[in-house]
Amino acid sequence: MKVAKDLVAASATPMVLGILAEGESYGYAILRRINELSGGELDWTEGLLYPLLHRLERLGHLESSWQAVAGERKRKYYRITDRGLAELAEQRRQWDTVVGALKEIWHDRAPLTVHPLEGLA
Amino acid sequence: MTAHEGPQELEAQFEQWRQYVLRRRELQAADADELEDHLRGSVDQLVAAGLSPDEAFLVAVKRMGSLDDLSREFAREHSERLWKQLVLTGDSGSPVGGARSRLDLWVMLACAAGAVVSVKAPALFGLSLDDDSSFYARNFTLFALPWLAAFLAWRRGARRSVIAALAVLFVLGAVAANAYPLADDSQSVVVTSIHLPIALWLVVGLAYVADDWRSSRRRMDFIRFTGEWFIYLVLMALGGGVLSAFLFNTFAAIGIVPEAFVSQWLLPGGAAAAVVVAGWLVEAKQSVVENIAPVLTRLFTPLFTAALLAFLVAVVWTSHGIDVEREALLLFDLLLVVVLGLLLYSLSARDPLAPPGPFDKLQLALVVSALAIDVLVLLEITGRITDEYGGTPNRAAALGENVILLVNLAWSAWLLLSFIRRRTPFATLERWQTGYLPVYAVWAWIVVLVFPPLFSFA
Repeated sequence: MKVAKDLVAASATPMVLGILAEGESYGYAILRRINELSGGELDWTEGLLYPLLHRLERLGHLESSWQAVAGERKRKYYRITDRGLAELAEQRRQWDTVVGALKEIWHDRAPLTVHPLEGLA
Repeated sequence: MTAHEGPQELEAQFEQWRQYVLRRRELQAADADELEDHLRGSVDQLVAAGLSPDEAFLVAVKRMGSLDDLSREFAREHSERLWKQLVLTGDSGSPVGGARSRLDLWVMLACAAGAVVSVKAPALFGLSLDDDSSFYARNFTLFALPWLAAFLAWRRGARRSVIAALAVLFVLGAVAANAYPLADDSQSVVVTSIHLPIALWLVVGLAYVADDWRSSRRRMDFIRFTGEWFIYLVLMALGGGVLSAFLFNTFAAIGIVPEAFVSQWLLPGGAAAAVVVAGWLVEAKQSVVENIAPVLTRLFTPLFTAALLAFLVAVVWTSHGIDVEREALLLFDLLLVVVLGLLLYSLSARDPLAPPGPFDKLQLALVVSALAIDVLVLLEITGRITDEYGGTPNRAAALGENVILLVNLAWSAWLLLSFIRRRTPFATLERWQTGYLPVYAVWAWIVVLVFPPLFSFA
């Protein structure tokens, strides 16, 4: 199964904010965490992640700082700000609404049968 | 770090990859750092999983996907990067470059302040702009250009011998402008006021190419610099005009007329400072005004060619001789200068390796028609110069310039023709033009230094 591009893009912001709400982190680790959380189903590219991080930083949802790791190497760490936390809360409300509605629909209509869906995919 | 074998080789690969990333305008040094860290993380993990460093590097790069896609995504977030910005304190992403350009900024400000002080210093000795306008006209370039040369020499890290040569030449210029007993209404004063700036500008050129003055490429850079500098100066003059108009009228509205301030301080000081600031802008932002001089050249070469051809046709059609009045020679000198400028700035922006194209033919037509017109003018003039007015500094200087430009353009036409016929490479034409620069300098210095005594200060 591959998650559609639009859905990946739509869920990217709350996912990054959510991960950074757990504590500061850097690009590669964020990507690994997303991979881990989705069991490898969400395939993010660097071209999605870094511009998104820069955008969230520009909007003031994140702050960044360069920290030295392992000798000469510098690593850019991102930290969530209060604005970012507020944004995350807002996004969560919206996503809860969407997910709740979807659950209602799917719960009411047919009992979840996995086989036909797999057949389609 | 993780590389057990050939860590240096891996480092070299990272470095190569980094250079490749930095060539993208959408990606800046800070992005390259971030992406490199990502790549290293990826390599570390793959090595830990049992791959050799080489394999790990290949796989990690492959996973990152094509650089085209990556920079397209970056461009979407950072579209402003495609518009070059004027960053006064340099690229904040790279601390070394930032410090360097901040230092540049300070040195430039010091030089600009020096130029302003130089303009106002003579006032301390009782020379006012209103009463001694001839003094200021002769010396204006001497106030500003040494400071521009100083800034450039500092930037290039000029050797002592070059600095000494620059100093000697500027002193020589000051002597030429002030030591001769020239009356304010004499021709020689006018001739000196026109030629001294040319001579001094080429001294600035010496400062510009201080690091490698024999190199043809560096001299071509100076030609580019001249064009861009001039454009910045014109733009600043326009802005300065608007500023003075507002200043004057707003203060006039509350009953204070700042006429003395505007005419005695703002305009002369601003002009002197603008000379230095324009040089700094060209240096600091070589690509903000993405070489506008060549763009203007492209626009005007066809138009000038059409105008000159129309003039030639009209001369032949009406068989009307060119009326050589006193100013005519100067007019046609200026025409040759414009044609030479058009030629130079299209040369400066041309890819030297590109094959000859239609534009080169158009240029040949432009140069040849200018030459034809000039030959007509010279034929008319040679009869007159000997008898009617005799030799005056004006005429001698104008005639000398005409000959110099004629020689340059005639040989350029020949080289252009051989280039179009694929006999000589384009670089020959470029070398001819850059090699000719000292000729202008020598002539300008002769006019400034030798002409006044030669014509007994007429």
